[in-house]
Amino acid sequence: MMKKEREVLLSLNNVKTYFPVKKGVMKKTVGYVKAVDDISIDVYKGETLGLVGESGCGKTTLGKSILQLVPATDGEMNYSFDGEVKDLRTLDRKSLDAARKRMQIVFQDPHSSLNPAFTIYQSLSDPLKKFGVDKKEDRRKIIGDLLESVNMRAEYMDRYPHEFSGGQRQRIGIARALSVNPELIVCDEAVSALDVSIQAQVLNLLKKLKEERDLTYIFITHDLSVVEYISDRIAVMYLGRIVELAEADELYKNKLHPYTQALLSAIFVAEPDRKTKRIILEGDVPSPMNPPSGCSFHPRCSYCMDVCKVERPALKKYEIDGTDHYVACHMVEQKKEGKYNGEI
Amino acid sequence: MEKEIRENDVILRVKDLKTFFYTNNRCNRAINGVSFDIRKGKTLSIVGESGCGKSVTASSIMQLLPELSRIEEGEITYFSSDGEVSIEKLPKNGKKMRSLRGSDIAMIFQDPMTALNPVYTIGFQIVENLRAHMNMSRKEAKKRAVELLAQMGIPNPEQRVNEYPHQFSGGMRQRAMIAMAMSCNPKVLIADEPTTALDVTIQAQIFELMMKLKEDFDTAILLITHDMGVVNEVSDDMAVMYMGNIVESGETRDVIRHPAHPYTKALLQSIPILGKGRNQDLEPIRGSTPDPYNRPVGCQFRDRCDYMTEKCGEMPPEEMVSEDHMVRCWHWKEVLK
Repeated sequence: MMKKEREVLLSLNNVKTYFPVKKGVMKKTVGYVKAVDDISIDVYKGETLGLVGESGCGKTTLGKSILQLVPATDGEMNYSFDGEVKDLRTLDRKSLDAARKRMQIVFQDPHSSLNPAFTIYQSLSDPLKKFGVDKKEDRRKIIGDLLESVNMRAEYMDRYPHEFSGGQRQRIGIARALSVNPELIVCDEAVSALDVSIQAQVLNLLKKLKEERDLTYIFITHDLSVVEYISDRIAVMYLGRIVELAEADELYKNKLHPYTQALLSAIFVAEPDRKTKRIILEGDVPSPMNPPSGCSFHPRCSYCMDVCKVERPALKKYEIDGTDHYVACHMVEQKKEGKYNGEI
Repeated sequence: MEKEIRENDVILRVKDLKTFFYTNNRCNRAINGVSFDIRKGKTLSIVGESGCGKSVTASSIMQLLPELSRIEEGEITYFSSDGEVSIEKLPKNGKKMRSLRGSDIAMIFQDPMTALNPVYTIGFQIVENLRAHMNMSRKEAKKRAVELLAQMGIPNPEQRVNEYPHQFSGGMRQRAMIAMAMSCNPKVLIADEPTTALDVTIQAQIFELMMKLKEDFDTAILLITHDMGVVNEVSDDMAVMYMGNIVESGETRDVIRHPAHPYTKALLQSIPILGKGRNQDLEPIRGSTPDPYNRPVGCQFRDRCDYMTEKCGEMPPEEMVSEDHMVRCWHWKEVLK
């Protein structure tokens, strides 16, 4: 595949989001939950970046940190405002508002992300009012068009959320995110709460909207089949860090990190005569408050070496078949250098 | 001859089961004529979307239905070692039902946090079951509980047995639940979405454990799930439910390879398959499931179906595609093509 020069829309450098753990009467900080621990990644314009990982790996926190809904503790988030690069974390209130016009989020649970006391029109007109559509008729017109673009009837805007099914509500959530014409949409488990037959409807809608409106998605999910279907690149997260990042087809072809291998082998596939050879991981994901030393995956890894227990592997770039493939693993590193002599 | 062998194989038979719910002066026919057999030592999966009645089927067998609902019609027959038991005729909280529940037929629930009692230790809850069914002394039961936890792969069982559910992680809790369910060596294990609340790597652990137990103890499993992938890789037989009916059933391989019902076919086409990448075509099923209080007449799937004709205004009968493969559709011959 030819490597294209792509425009970077958002560049994360060493982003960390820690939550303090407080104890006792004095609420003394006794430790930190390192939800996002030193993540650096570029998001290119027009791509769909999939973020996958198990619960508690920090994927949602990362998404919310990007939107400044959860303040990051450290690091830089350089966003390209039509070529002018600014760090989202240093913006003042007013410029942050302008930034929010470019970035929106679709939440996981369509039942709790819409206010039950507001009609759809009321819910959707707030962002429009905020961003300067003052006339009511204009707002109604825009909302009507938005609803139609997510395959719903414009008349539905005067109904309340309880009148809609889960799939419809999720589409309203998408319409709300689209209302300010954003460039970047963070989809946080946007299809996880839906039934399979509805899930496909929403996935196809997201794909269609992306092409029509030239959107960039950060697609957060735990479902690896879904992420493969929708993403251009996939980042696999484990305990607050990215362990592997590659083009989607490349990742499924050459999974290098032992965690990615186990994760992919754990999926049950609805294809006859396919019995996946499973790598069953021992134990659970460790607590992010007290992650293991060295490589945080080492207690569950079957290739664990001495160095894994003490030294944290860096996310290193390898070029495979002309595409960039990033992995954070000592074993892979040694293998690429021809030092590793074990089996894989 | 072969038919006869199969008859002897059945451990639990559900025939024309109807379970209705009554709320607000309305009746929801949650299960409307469901029949299936669970074979000894085999896994039967019931697959369907939320609200199709798969969990109600499980609660009907266990007689754990909520108030305002009851089994209207049909038979649930359990073939125990000392004769047939008609479960539907037993009083819900009668002696016989209580002796079956948890010993011969055990159940694992979806969410282990709500299914376990938070104020008692895991050990206490397993011991309770053992003492009620197996006539064990307190000491024996405790010893057995530790053994069970060890068998389920819980590290450090002597200490863990005295801990409370909140001290366990999600996967561990589910293991503890399975330990409890397996404590009296049940003949039938009903697993109602046992891994829906768990992560994929933990899901793989739990299914591996369940399959091992099935082999070791020859337990029949009724697995309730919405995940076609799990059905494909775990079960021997499967039944697809839609709005209170089984629309298609048969051996898993047959059904997945040659789906004869439009719904089964559409379901299989609407899920992305791992390894196929971005270029697969997902065909969503249009519309959404109908309101259970305001159902379409005839075939429940007809409004969302591509094969719909006038004939579909009438409920199609059960037809056999092959010896074991049943389908409820007027147009199954076309669908198979």
